[in-house]
Amino acid sequence: MSDAVLDHAAAAHDDHDDHGGHGAHSATGLSNNKLAMWLFLGSDCLLFGGLISTYMLYRGRVQEGPNPNSLYNIPFTSVSSFVLLMSSLTMVLAVTAAKRRDDRRTRIWLTTTALLGAAFVGAQVFEFTSFYRRGLGFTTSLFGSSFYTLTGFHGVHVTVGVIMLLSVVAILLRGRIPGDKAEVVELIGLYWHFVDIVWIIIFTVVYLIPS
Amino acid sequence: MATNTALDTSHDDAHHVDAHHGDDHGPSDRFFVMVAVALAIMTLVEVLATEVGIPAPWTTVFLLVLMVIKFLTVTSLFMHLKWDNKLFSLLFYTGLVLSVGVYVVALACFQFFAG
Repeated sequence: MSDAVLDHAAAAHDDHDDHGGHGAHSATGLSNNKLAMWLFLGSDCLLFGGLISTYMLYRGRVQEGPNPNSLYNIPFTSVSSFVLLMSSLTMVLAVTAAKRRDDRRTRIWLTTTALLGAAFVGAQVFEFTSFYRRGLGFTTSLFGSSFYTLTGFHGVHVTVGVIMLLSVVAILLRGRIPGDKAEVVELIGLYWHFVDIVWIIIFTVVYLIPS
Repeated sequence: MATNTALDTSHDDAHHVDAHHGDDHGPSDRFFVMVAVALAIMTLVEVLATEVGIPAPWTTVFLLVLMVIKFLTVTSLFMHLKWDNKLFSLLFYTGLVLSVGVYVVALACFQFFAG
């Protein structure tokens, strides 16, 4: 009898976790929060699809100012790509630490992810100012407009991600996250990995593929 | 006392299994580190491919293939789609396929592929 009660409690606990901790009930049996995040990421694909295809159209439209071949510093951008890639690793380590209920490691990996993301944004800002000094402004040419819009939007996404990461670290320190902490970290992880995969596409299409 | 010792031993064995395989929480940290190393190597190969001097169409094809591999690696492993409910994959890949389809058509309208 007591074993049956224990088994029932364990099953209820597992269901509780599968349904996103203290989140709302879902007709699909899945976390509403997680479903919403995947839906958002799917829609964000449409945003970046538009920006990337616009860049591809306008890459050769250099009415004045420098062209891509004379501007891009591939080694520098490769290093910043590596930094963002490593931030994806630290993010997934934060998620696994959160699932193990290891709050200390979760905070360490989240902070490391935020620092790497900030380093990436810093490298982007440096790159933008370098390009601007060499004559590529936002309105210089269609190439310039599309480049800055695409990479700028991505940079804003990274910045928002960094702010979210630091916010979660601060809230974790105060112990104020309601519901399942692992799911909160997982949701931010999904957003962060999306930002990384968009950069995988941007790095290839914008910087590496010959114009 | 003997019973407690037996219980402690079995608990240690279970903990050892979990720490080594990460069974309760998906793949282990070591697995993700190896995936990240593989992604970094692929990025290095991409950059080297642009320096080597392969004719342009083949460089583009090679870079796009590697890009897709990296993309799918991050989505299926880091984002956990491989082990999660298939509804999440459906939501994400539907948006992705829709995005690619719409913008391929848009680019074709601007004669991008004719050039």
